[in-house]
Amino acid sequence: MLSIKNLYVSVEGQEILKGINLEVKAGEVHAIMGPNGSGKSTLANVLAGKEEYEVTAGEITYFDEDLLEKSPEDRAKEGIFLSFQYPVEIPGVPMVNFLKTAVNEHRKHKGEKELTAGEFLKLMREKMDMVDMHPQLTNRSVNEGFSGGEKKKNEIFQMALLEPKLAVLDETDSGLDIDALKTVAHGVNMLKSNVNATIIVTHYQRLLDYIVPDFVHVLYNGKIVKSAGKNLLLSWRKKATTGLKKKTKIKNECYC
Amino acid sequence: MNVIVEKADLTLKYIAHYNDLKELLFKGSSDIINVRRKKAFQDFVSQGIPTRKNENYKYTNLHPQFAPDYKFVIQREETDANLTEIFKCNVPQINTHLNLLYNGWFYDKNVKSGVLPQGVILDSLENMAKNNPELLQKYYGNTAETESDALVALNTAFAKDGYFLFVPKNVIFEKPIQIINLLKSENDTFTTQRNLIIVEPGASAQLILCDHTLNSNRYFSNSVTEIFVEENANLDYYTVQNQHNNSASVNSVFIQQERNSNVTTHTVSLHGGFIRNNLKIKINGENAEANMFGMAFLDKSQHIDNATQVIHAKPHCQSNQIYKYVLDDKSTGAFSGRIHVARDAQKTNAFQRNNNLLLTDTATMQTKPQLIIDADDVKCSHGATVGQIDEEALFYLRARGIDEDKARMMMMNAFAHEVVQQIKVEALRERIDELIEKRLNGEIALCHECDYNCEC
Ligand SMILES: Nc1ncnc2c1ncn2[C@@H]1O[C@H](COP(=O)(O)OP(=O)(O)O)[C@@H](O)[C@H]1O
Ligand SMILES: [Mg+2]
Repeated sequence: MLSIKNLYVSVEGQEILKGINLEVKAGEVHAIMGPNGSGKSTLANVLAGKEEYEVTAGEITYFDEDLLEKSPEDRAKEGIFLSFQYPVEIPGVPMVNFLKTAVNEHRKHKGEKELTAGEFLKLMREKMDMVDMHPQLTNRSVNEGFSGGEKKKNEIFQMALLEPKLAVLDETDSGLDIDALKTVAHGVNMLKSNVNATIIVTHYQRLLDYIVPDFVHVLYNGKIVKSAGKNLLLSWRKKATTGLKKKTKIKNECYC
Repeated sequence: MNVIVEKADLTLKYIAHYNDLKELLFKGSSDIINVRRKKAFQDFVSQGIPTRKNENYKYTNLHPQFAPDYKFVIQREETDANLTEIFKCNVPQINTHLNLLYNGWFYDKNVKSGVLPQGVILDSLENMAKNNPELLQKYYGNTAETESDALVALNTAFAKDGYFLFVPKNVIFEKPIQIINLLKSENDTFTTQRNLIIVEPGASAQLILCDHTLNSNRYFSNSVTEIFVEENANLDYYTVQNQHNNSASVNSVFIQQERNSNVTTHTVSLHGGFIRNNLKIKINGENAEANMFGMAFLDKSQHIDNATQVIHAKPHCQSNQIYKYVLDDKSTGAFSGRIHVARDAQKTNAFQRNNNLLLTDTATMQTKPQLIIDADDVKCSHGATVGQIDEEALFYLRARGIDEDKARMMMMNAFAHEVVQQIKVEALRERIDELIEKRLNGEIALCHECDYNCEC
């Protein structure tokens, strides 16, 4: 599905990703871990098509097509979904308008009939239940006045509506209490299938207690320094207090 | 040196116009209007056409607008065309008492759209002067000072007609009055519109004013409107400006409010080459409220300047202002808002905000808030922002599959939304929403249904 080869990325002339390689196949869940500032969000944003990140070398193919050529909106319509680490507030753009437009843009792209207002509301209610999102939130502007946790839930809610092929969850677990974390994990697990894939970006391990990845990669200083199956996590926990942690001076809860 | 001489020449040109037309100006007008005319002319002569050295016109260069050789409309023009027939208002479901002005003059073949409530007068200023001289004497020129603004002086010197609206005591009517000023002429034309509105105690009215250029000649419209809102009275006053790029408009509105009154003004500048709106509200009684909203959409080299003034003369009153501009290409915008709280006006709440969205690096916006507070127990605030579309938000929308153009549109609509939603007449609000979308889409905001491309 996704193939990243020897990817180098700079922001404002500063090199951040330094030769990333990653293969993701349908049905897989990948976890990318690493300390703050190691380049995880950069990778996630490059996948979504953020323009300020400059790809200086390497390539990304998505379903055998050059991903880097495509606009953010085309990537989204072709099934890439980024759950933002910091979802932005957009005062004046009503949630319902935004969601309906997004859903219908996806449907048009797939050659499906656009949903009417009534059909959309029905779909929205269904998905809202699934992620336990408070109905009142859809009466507001996009993310406006949402708490940190509500913003993250809203990301998963959008994911549920758009049913992506490749979901990239950037620190969707941070700022969530245990209950919210469980709902988010539940949502992700529900949407998991053998035709889609998920990349979970995190620098905590908490979410991985609820979503079991097939592969774990450690990103450090712009490079993937270690990749392994899910067993890595277990062995890692033990070593967590020594090794990498010392070098990178990360706060307690972090296991990498 | 040369430049100064030229500027003086321009003032001299208008002095000469006045002298040439003097006889016609005085003829047929009421003495009350003519007495003010004489004084106003002197005031114009002593001030001259303001230059940018004048603090009030710092951001707006009037001189190029005064330069063309305009024809003055100082007599009621006959038109063979039936304007009511030509002009079909295109706001669906909007049910208004529709009346037309023709080059600033009350159109004499206006077809009555429904019966106005008992005692309500909507007529030409000229007729009003004949029929209600005591009202004219009491109100005309009462608030529109000619000593402090040369444009107001020029209007008063050339004033012949406009509309007169009188809503008697305790008459409340739901159906808005809509007045459309149509500009149409064979020549480049200077129009002088002079209006008077009196809303008596306990009365309530809604007024929608639209401007429309019907052909592509150059127009300069210099209008003055005096509005008196008495005790416990309400007025909603909407102005929709939609003129072509070759037109200039200076629109001065003076409102005086008494105790417990409530006034809301909306100035929607959809289109126009050069627009200066002066809005001065004097709150002259306790527990009164004034709301002033404005929106301006500019592109190419358009210029729009809103200058507001609120004078809190009495305690326990509230004023609110929100003005929003969207500027594209190399357009220029200005907003200056003065709030004056007089010594006696304790417990005043005065609020003002001006937000501006620049779509290009070449568009410019000047914003100048000014607070003059002579009372000590007041709450006043003002704020202004000049910014560009939030790129983070734009990316967020695009990352959900929304095309860049559509996403930009959503952002711009979102920006205007706060002001649009304050429009209380639902059909008008929906129409404005639609027009804004068209306008922002780069389509002309004029309607296509009507022969003359007019819109309201
Ligand atoms: N837009 C940006 N402008 C400048 N520097 C950036 C930008 N985005 C990320 N960086 C820098 O790139 C590095 C990696 O950041 P990021 O990808 O956010 O790391 P992570 O998500 O792993 O914490 C950091 O040093 C950060 O300061
Ligand atoms: Mg990050």
